[in-house]
Amino acid sequence: MSEDIKVDKVMDLKGMPCPMPIVKVSKGIKDVEVGQVIEAITTDPGALADFPAWAKTSGNEILKTDQQEDLIKFYIERKA
Amino acid sequence: MKVNTAKKEEVPYKGEHLVKLEEIENQVSELRTQLESLSKSSPENKISLIVFSGDLDKALASLIIATGAAAMGMDVVMFFTFWGTPILRDKGKKVGGKDFMGKMFGTMLPKGVCEVKLSKMNMAGMGTVMMKSLMKKKNVASLEQMLELAAEMDVRIYICEMSMDLMGFKREEMIEYPNLTFCGVAKFLEEAQNSKVQLFI
Repeated sequence: MSEDIKVDKVMDLKGMPCPMPIVKVSKGIKDVEVGQVIEAITTDPGALADFPAWAKTSGNEILKTDQQEDLIKFYIERKA
Repeated sequence: MKVNTAKKEEVPYKGEHLVKLEEIENQVSELRTQLESLSKSSPENKISLIVFSGDLDKALASLIIATGAAAMGMDVVMFFTFWGTPILRDKGKKVGGKDFMGKMFGTMLPKGVCEVKLSKMNMAGMGTVMMKSLMKKKNVASLEQMLELAAEMDVRIYICEMSMDLMGFKREEMIEYPNLTFCGVAKFLEEAQNSKVQLFI
């Protein structure tokens, strides 16, 4: 599934409740260059609404969302 | 654009051309100044929170909103006033020279984030203890951790000087925080005025 997206950094955010996933991702995305992609793995169901909202506001792009039972994976491209 | 086209239609006599041109120039410069003042007063990507409550739950909510907003790239200002001020006291600091009322407030109000109680179901402290252990179990950050995080994320904190004075708190007994300012209502209003979001908690 994710073969077509080249991931430059993986962030394990499992078990972290709100607001930690977006707090960590907003910091983590600064570690990659513009155009690079991070894969954020979370177990917070609220993230399904939160990540797109965060991406829209911060000007980054979610390329793909992968949900397998409790695990949600976001592929986020740094845009700004 | 609107001004120009409207004015062009209104020029029936050749002799009045110069006068009309001057009028247009005046209007354009007037519009320009209006536009400038408008762009100055338009809200910035900023959130201003008033933390009035001294309850654990409400303080936690305000800190979650504050750090979340910072994560979303917003400029964040928290104004701690009234019952919110004791949250920012440092447990380890002792100051002398307080009058009777100051001492009384000092002992009766929570000394820092660790002593803050729930607004509901406190049950003489039992509820708060249970909530704290539940928060730990569910990985929810404590007030202490949230404050540290807020500091890391450049959340600015203002403390109401009047509340401090009223309750007899001294500046020396407040926590060490990188972006801490003691101020009055005007400073907060200046920030709130050009914030997109303002909250009272």
